[in-house]
Amino acid sequence: MKRSRITECNDWFLERFPLTKLWNEHMTHYYAPKNFNFWYFFGSLALLVLVNQILTGIFLTMNYKPDAKLAFDSVEYIMRDVNWGWLIRYMHSTGSSAFFIVVYLHMFRGLLYGSFKHPRELVWIFGMLLFVALMAEAFMGYLLPWGQMSYWGAQVIISLFSAIPVIGDDLSLWLRGDYVVSDATLNRFFAFHVIAVPLALVMLVFLHIVALHEVGSNNPDGIEIKESKDPWGHPVDGIPFHPYYTVKDLVGVGVFLLFFATIIFYMPEMGGYFLEHANFIPADPMKTPEHIAPVWYFTPFYAILRAIPDKFAGVIGMGGAIVVLFLLPWLDRSPVKSIRYRGGIYKKALCLFVISFLALGYLGTQPATPTATIVARFFTAIYFGFFLLMPLYTRWEKTKPVPKRLTSVHSIEEQLPALIEEIVHIKHGSSEIGHAAFKGASFTITPNPKGIKNVLGRLVKNIKGSLD
Amino acid sequence: MNTKGVDQSKRQFLTSALTVVGAVGTGYLAVPFLAQMQPSAKAMAAGAPVEVDLSKMEPGQLIRVAWRGKPVWILNRTPEVLETLKTLDNELRDPLSEESIQPESSKNPVRSIKPEVFVAVGLCTHLGCSPTFRPEIAPNDLGDKWKGGFFCPCHGSWFDLAGRVYQGVPAPTNLEIPPYRYITDTQLIIGEAPEEESV
Repeated sequence: MKRSRITECNDWFLERFPLTKLWNEHMTHYYAPKNFNFWYFFGSLALLVLVNQILTGIFLTMNYKPDAKLAFDSVEYIMRDVNWGWLIRYMHSTGSSAFFIVVYLHMFRGLLYGSFKHPRELVWIFGMLLFVALMAEAFMGYLLPWGQMSYWGAQVIISLFSAIPVIGDDLSLWLRGDYVVSDATLNRFFAFHVIAVPLALVMLVFLHIVALHEVGSNNPDGIEIKESKDPWGHPVDGIPFHPYYTVKDLVGVGVFLLFFATIIFYMPEMGGYFLEHANFIPADPMKTPEHIAPVWYFTPFYAILRAIPDKFAGVIGMGGAIVVLFLLPWLDRSPVKSIRYRGGIYKKALCLFVISFLALGYLGTQPATPTATIVARFFTAIYFGFFLLMPLYTRWEKTKPVPKRLTSVHSIEEQLPALIEEIVHIKHGSSEIGHAAFKGASFTITPNPKGIKNVLGRLVKNIKGSLD
Repeated sequence: MNTKGVDQSKRQFLTSALTVVGAVGTGYLAVPFLAQMQPSAKAMAAGAPVEVDLSKMEPGQLIRVAWRGKPVWILNRTPEVLETLKTLDNELRDPLSEESIQPESSKNPVRSIKPEVFVAVGLCTHLGCSPTFRPEIAPNDLGDKWKGGFFCPCHGSWFDLAGRVYQGVPAPTNLEIPPYRYITDTQLIIGEAPEEESV
């Protein structure tokens, strides 16, 4: 039989480009642990948001003008006069907040299951570089609408560099390209925001994934699946990324888009948290707004800056809060990865860390009153304590024995029938009509106090047990 | 790579030499790109002096003018304000302006050429926000210790009405005083030092 034209084209292509090899290596023959849970959605979601930002960003540049005289009006022009401009702009502005939500959850997953530990240190480092690049990207993008908050936010953040001894003033002058934040600053931030940093982000994503696929994914049990293989050399507890996890991630994408679309259409400003109110006033170099606060995703670090009553030390504290994250793989001395087998100390420490991060995030949005400053100092101490004391408390903690193979946890769906049976009495009512389809409707259900008490007792016992 | 009969040390030397030359060349090439981010000739020239007419100023009034894109304040201080300034030294970080930036003619306790006319760059020395003018005494939000001054809303720094910074706030030094001089009794020029200083 004669080979079809399509097959010939296909062969011609594959002889010249290793598409099948790449596809197999990273999709169908990339074995991922079979027990990924909810927390493992956020990596692929971050990639989705990155694509959203790049696409919407390209279309925004078609009408935006990076000029101090025109920028504010061009954003309003996009919002009012450009066809569908409002949608594209809200997708971009909501996307930036979504990016940070997804990335913070992705990083928290790492803290939960020890994904930063040996042999994944480099995956973590690339990830942290991504986080820093993302912060730079968000910060420079926020100047572009040239509103009051854009202007004074940039003024404050660039002035941070002037706190560096000796070179500080020249450095901040070089970054601004003028003696104050001005047209020169806006124009260069535009260049960085649309070309330089996005390129760096894409390259870092590539490195992050290549490094990950070299060592393999971690999992909620923190066990290396490569250590138990079947006779064909595949990890026994692994499943191919495609189709299993591509399909699973699609479900995550669906749920994510539900929330994303709701925000875009019904609350794109998110009560002043995603788009701050003061940014609807054009930049005025003569007057700082009464209360300036960064966008929510920077507020924990901003609260640390404000908590320290010294210019240089404040900047060091703020930078240190990010640098210390880079060192995490070497600060953690625990022999186990996952929180499931760690001792109680780490669980409590992580809990305190999350509380302090959220509290600092809240304080960063509030005015700097004396009481708020003292509270912020307290939480700053906990934030740094979590990291700097880690070499000590992770070495002391009593870990639980780690199994050789992945454990299977019963899903809620499986547990639900037995649970319902325990907490309620089910009485069959008399069904004189006897129609099979209506039989289900004739049950009477009453709560069973003894069963509820048992269930709650088990729950409390479980929570208490898991904290030791 | 074939290493048979190769002078390894010569190969190593050539590799190192090429690396060094390449690095130096890259360094030189980077200069124009980095230097183009410095303020342009136009931005440097934009610092033209600004003239201000004081004849219509009321006592206690503050006016703002733009100089080099920065807000500059001119405040007409009342005699009561000047009295209050004398009582604050113990609460200030740098009452005599030893570590702060000002022209020689303004390096005195009231930080001005004429005591009643105060001129300053309206940017906080902490992170460059523009502090708000709060001349009232002991308002509710700032408490009993407030004797009138400038309050930075960004990070809560306090300055008195001579732009001197209080202790225990993030700002490290007093507000900057720009060079300025009087053309006539009621006309200021901001951006030019008094003649005796510029000589």
